[in-house]
Formats: sequence, structure tokens, C-alpha cells
Amino acid sequence: MDGPPATPPAPKAPTLGNALHRFANPGRFMRLSGALLPWLAAAGLALSVTGLAWGLVFAPRDWQQGDTVRIMFIHVPAAWMAMGGYVGLAVASFIGLVWRHPLADIAAREIAPVGAVFTAICLITGSLWGKPMWGTWWVWDARLTSVLVLFFLYVGHIALSNAFDDPERAARPAAILALIGAVNLPIIKFSVDWWNTLHQPASVTRLGAPGIHVDILQPLLVTGLGFLFVFAALALLRTRTGILERRARALMAARAAEPAATPSAVAV
Amino acid sequence: MTRKRRRMWIVLLCGLGLGTAAALTLTAFEDSIVFFHSPSDLAEKQVPPGRNIRIGGLVEAGSVSRATDGDRMQTAFRVTDGAASLRVTYRGILPDLFREGQGVVAEGALAPDGSFRASTVLARHDETYMPPEVADALKRAGHWQPGEPPPPAREWNTLQPASAGADTRRATN
Repeated sequence: MDGPPATPPAPKAPTLGNALHRFANPGRFMRLSGALLPWLAAAGLALSVTGLAWGLVFAPRDWQQGDTVRIMFIHVPAAWMAMGGYVGLAVASFIGLVWRHPLADIAAREIAPVGAVFTAICLITGSLWGKPMWGTWWVWDARLTSVLVLFFLYVGHIALSNAFDDPERAARPAAILALIGAVNLPIIKFSVDWWNTLHQPASVTRLGAPGIHVDILQPLLVTGLGFLFVFAALALLRTRTGILERRARALMAARAAEPAATPSAVAV
Repeated sequence: MTRKRRRMWIVLLCGLGLGTAAALTLTAFEDSIVFFHSPSDLAEKQVPPGRNIRIGGLVEAGSVSRATDGDRMQTAFRVTDGAASLRVTYRGILPDLFREGQGVVAEGALAPDGSFRASTVLARHDETYMPPEVADALKRAGHWQPGEPPPPAREWNTLQPASAGADTRRATN
């Protein structure tokens, strides 16, 4: 069995689907992402290292938390990427489900492990921060629990993506899982406003002025931008690898099917 | 309507349904999702003594009294949410962040005398982060009464205390 036939070329009319189609072309994606990847990776590393050094060493201590506040410079950007990554996963899944672009399926499959790692970093650093400040490693409040659910959604997505002999068949159930899980995103974000939680409410994105002094906010934002670029670089790299894997699989399948190699549909 | 468009609407409608279901479920279970109850909640709900619950609020300024009972520390304080307050007693070690004006969450049960006997006390901090020098400057200038929540962020989040050198004493603990 070869993979499902590539989607037929989109006909006429400039719709959303057609605009997506331009970027769903794997060849074009490989060219663009190849050019973008080194810059993203370099910018991500530079900003992350700068922001972390700034935050962990040079930023002032906090009036109530002392030096412990420095865990924030890892915890908060990781939390942003845990949620941002899931937004990416959900968008890719939606596109894959509706327009059946194989590139979106591959992207969803490859984003999930990166998001899971950032979520794990967020949970671990949060636990390390909770013990000295709150007096506990873990509580079942709405924020902590919903982020743990996010982690399980990522892990479930990874498991489901790998549960089929033919990886292409996993795309649809995995996309449905990802979209169902997206309902958790607003719950995470607003959990601290809707319910009493041990976790404090948002500092940066609250109405009015940020509740963080500028000397602490600046390194946080630099690190956040750095983590964003690192995330994007990892996701792009993995997606490129996923495309190549799929091409290799298609080639091997074609070769196994007919040894007298005819140039069959090897398109991804 | 093309098949793609139909799929799009199906997915969007499913999302709408799922979102509504989630919202209704969460609303229905609100009571068990909240991590703690405020003293006003407690007064309103008539929780029977002996049932294990969590209460939370700010430690009322001037309400903390400590005693040693054998080798264990006994602390009594009042937890307030502004409208109501509740007397809390606790034996054991408090988190470092515990102090007057600080948020706390206490787990335990109401005693027959109406006070709250805590078995665990967790500190809860607010969402403000500032250098100790800025906090000191605000307090010196009278913009921030000790034991009160910090003033609005706009007043201090870009404040640079001029005499940074004169202010290098350790943060108060």
C-alpha cells in the first residue's frame, strides 16, 4: 500500500484553501524552511542565552521571593511555549483535517514532542519553584491540573500518532484528539481568574500595566522570544525530517511493489 | 458547498459543541474546582465543623501570635478576604513566605468554637514582582502601607530608585 494519493491540484478561485495550498507544497516548504532554519536557530539560541544570563545573574532579586524568583525566567517562557505549541498543533490539525494537506499532518506529528518537552520543563520548574515559595511541590489546583492535562494531551497525541503501522493513517485520529484537547487552552489561561487557585494570576498579560518591574520584565521577554525561536526551529527541523522520512518510505514502498522501477507517484 | 468547506463547518460546529459542553461541566463543578474558599464563602455556606476544607485569604496585619508548645511551634492568625475574617490556629513549620499581609491557603477543618484548625498552611504570593529597592522606596514614600497589597503596577513598574547605593541592605524577610 502506498500512502493516500497526494491531494489533487487546487482548482481556480483564490480561497483560503488555495492560499494554504501554496505553502503546503512540500518542495516549496523544504526550500523556505531550509533558508529560514539557520537564522531561527541562531536567533533563538542567542536570545535564550542572553535572556537567561540576564535573568539568572544580572536581574534584580524580587522583594518577596528573593533569588528564587529567577526560576521564573525558565518557567514562564516554557509555559508560554507549552501553550503556544499546542495552538500550533491545533492549527496544523485543523488544516490537516479540513484541507487534508499531508504537510499539516506531518507538522502536527512533529510539533507534539517539542511541545511536550516544553510542558515538562514548565511543570518541573514550577514544582521546584512551588516548594520554597508555597511550601509544596504540587497541589491539585485548577492551573496546575490543567497544565498537567496539557502534558497528557501531548503524550496522548504522540502515542496515537505512533499507534498505526501506517503513520499516515494516524493523522486523522491524532488531529481529532488535538482539536478536542484545544478546549483546555482557555481553561489553562483563565483558570487563575475563574477559580481560586494557589497559583497567582497573570502578571504580564493582565489588563492595565504589567505587574512586573521593568528590570525583571525585560530579561523575561527576551528569553520568551528566544524560546519561541528555539521552538520554531525545532518544529521546522523535525517537520523537514518528517517529510524526508515520508519520501524515503514512499520510495521503499514503490521499490518493493515493483522492482522494475517506474517513476510512480512518490510525491509526499 | 465543497467537501472541504463542509468538513470545515463540521469541525467548527463540533468545536462549538465541545466548548459549550466543557463550559457547562466546569460551571456545574465550580465548587469542587476551586482550590480554597474565602472566609466570606465559608460564612455563607455553613460548613459543618470537622469537614476537611481549604480556606484562603490574606493574613490580617497585626493578628499573628506565636507560642511554643513543647518543641512545636503554635501559630494563631486571622485570614481575611476584606469582607470577613476567620481565626486560624496551626502547629508546625510555616512556609518562609508567611507573613502579615501575605496570601495563605490553609487546609484543615472548623473547630467547634468557630475557629479553623489548620493541618497544612501554604503561602500564596501575588502576581507582582519588583526589586527590593523599589519596594523599600515605595514604603518610604508612603505609597505602600506594610501589610497591604502593593499599589497599582503603573506607579512602580518603571520606577528606578535614585539612591540605589544607599539601599543595599538585605530584603526584609
